[in-house]
Amino acid sequence: MSYLSAAHSVVEPLPWAKRIAGALVALYAIISIVPLLWILVTGFKAPADAVAYPPKVVFEPSLEGYVNLFTTRSRQTPEYVASLPPAETWYDTLVRARGMVIAGPSKFAERYFNSLVIGFGSTFLAVLLGTLAAYGFSRFRVPLKDDLLFFILSTRMMPPIAVAIPIYLMYREIGLSDTRLGMILLYTAVNVSLAVWLLKGFIDEIPREYEDAAMVDGYTRLQAFVKVVLPQAATGIAATAIFCLIFAWNEYAFAVLLTSGAAQTAPPFIPIIIGEGGQDWPAVAAGTTLFLIPIVVFTVLLRKHLLRGITFGALRR
Amino acid sequence: MTPPPSATPIADQAARATPQPVAARLRGISDRALAWWFIAPTVLLLLAINIFPLLWTVWLSFTNYKANRAGRGAPWLALDNYHSLLNDADIWLAMQVTGHFVFWSILLEVVLGFGLALALDKRFRGHGVWTTVILLPMMLSPAVVGTFWSFLFQPQIGLFNYAVGYFAGVDPGAFQMIGDVPLAPWAIVIVDVWMWTPYVMLICLAGLRSVPAYLYEAAEVDRASTWRRFCAITLPMVLPFLMLAVLFRAIENFKMFDMVNLLTNGGPGSTTEVVSITLKREAFEKWRTGYSSALAVILFVTVFGAANIYVKALNALRNR
Repeated sequence: MSYLSAAHSVVEPLPWAKRIAGALVALYAIISIVPLLWILVTGFKAPADAVAYPPKVVFEPSLEGYVNLFTTRSRQTPEYVASLPPAETWYDTLVRARGMVIAGPSKFAERYFNSLVIGFGSTFLAVLLGTLAAYGFSRFRVPLKDDLLFFILSTRMMPPIAVAIPIYLMYREIGLSDTRLGMILLYTAVNVSLAVWLLKGFIDEIPREYEDAAMVDGYTRLQAFVKVVLPQAATGIAATAIFCLIFAWNEYAFAVLLTSGAAQTAPPFIPIIIGEGGQDWPAVAAGTTLFLIPIVVFTVLLRKHLLRGITFGALRR
Repeated sequence: MTPPPSATPIADQAARATPQPVAARLRGISDRALAWWFIAPTVLLLLAINIFPLLWTVWLSFTNYKANRAGRGAPWLALDNYHSLLNDADIWLAMQVTGHFVFWSILLEVVLGFGLALALDKRFRGHGVWTTVILLPMMLSPAVVGTFWSFLFQPQIGLFNYAVGYFAGVDPGAFQMIGDVPLAPWAIVIVDVWMWTPYVMLICLAGLRSVPAYLYEAAEVDRASTWRRFCAITLPMVLPFLMLAVLFRAIENFKMFDMVNLLTNGGPGSTTEVVSITLKREAFEKWRTGYSSALAVILFVTVFGAANIYVKALNALRNR
């Protein structure tokens, strides 16, 4: 498609059309980004400011949301709080000012860590399997190739909730329920389809002549794959890995249905952060912020490959 | 995508002409074996974690199994579950709710997404940065999105209510997007449109950029009006891309679970209870495993059929 990329060079839009288009796009972008900025800001509000009416744009920044996110606290009588030795840390002081003491760490750090382990573990496996299979589909004559490729992609479209029941039963039988390994295998299975399709697109673009030349020079097919194709596909492999990581990071349906403790990731945890008298919005916003930051960074890194990623490698630019 | 015969490596041709044992010694592992070793792990994993559970779902759908009473066995019911499903008013209601959600979210996403793509295609200064900003929502976790939108939708204190109140001159405490029966179905549409308009936009933009410049040049020569150019060139060229986006969004929204689960959890009443939420209730709250499996099969067959069309469309566009 590259020869088409200069499509509009001849028919240049008029300056005023450009200006109006730019203004409309900017307006949409600003409206659509406001909810995200609002969450970012809410994470730094004191609870009373977070639920104030009218909504407060100017407020005294507070780290209470983040403190509440990482700790569990218990309410004490003022006499008890006064009887304690002086607070040692700023967050102790903050919590005591609310008439509470820190009872211990919350589960957020654990859940976040689970998200990291399961995300990176499943991404590594999916990309490993996906690279091999994509190379196989790209270079070899495979019987029923198109059917196999369709089969692989169709598994990704499967509604998680439709297979959650038997996976739940199966994992219960073989002792994988609520384990990180179980979730890694599950997310690998979901991501491998994307990895195969995306990587096949990337590998198709690497000229076969490179491997042929290497094999004429005495490399075996396997050596040519490792020493010639893999380095050429490095960008594609990195982009694919980020897509897999984002999916595993964001996944909620399987996580909420199949995990409850040891292997629970952050997405099912963040919505149930409760304070005294209902949802602790600054803490939820703080957790959301910490959870979304990696995604924002990755999106910026991936922006050139996004189209490819969302169309399973079919559309390139 | 099969290569022309001339592209077959000489070594391959030689290996094929050579007796098998000799070829193996020449090449280490034969290509055929290598292809198998490369592809088999993926296929086996998918068989174990996707296809096996799926077949299990199909089997369960013919029984009266209850996952919370595993010891009781599973009486064979044949097609009874399907029969009662089709006569279950709640299921039809869920289908209606899902239909409303799919139709309106996709319609709005197409209008907004196509409009944005047309605007971005004017390549004004800074369009790259704005594009990245606009794309952000679709990369986020639907669960987290559902959670924080439920904060924005709070009556009185929610930013959404405040903004609507401010611009429309109504009391922001007078309506609850996720609590009022007439409004809740629109709450899930709004959040979905916020999240997925960028998706439609990105694919439409690819469509617009695939239009060869000579078509516009020819239109220029013919002095075709802007409107005529849009109808005769832009629209037909972008339509296949648009259909691809619509099909994929339809599949995704038909099985929508996470965002709705956290935003409204099907409520108030069952006004936003899309099919996946019904399925969750039947399977993991009422523990009617057999019955919910039948619903899962219906959901899956529909998605599978749509996926088939989607892949055909995908291949058609790829090979253009």
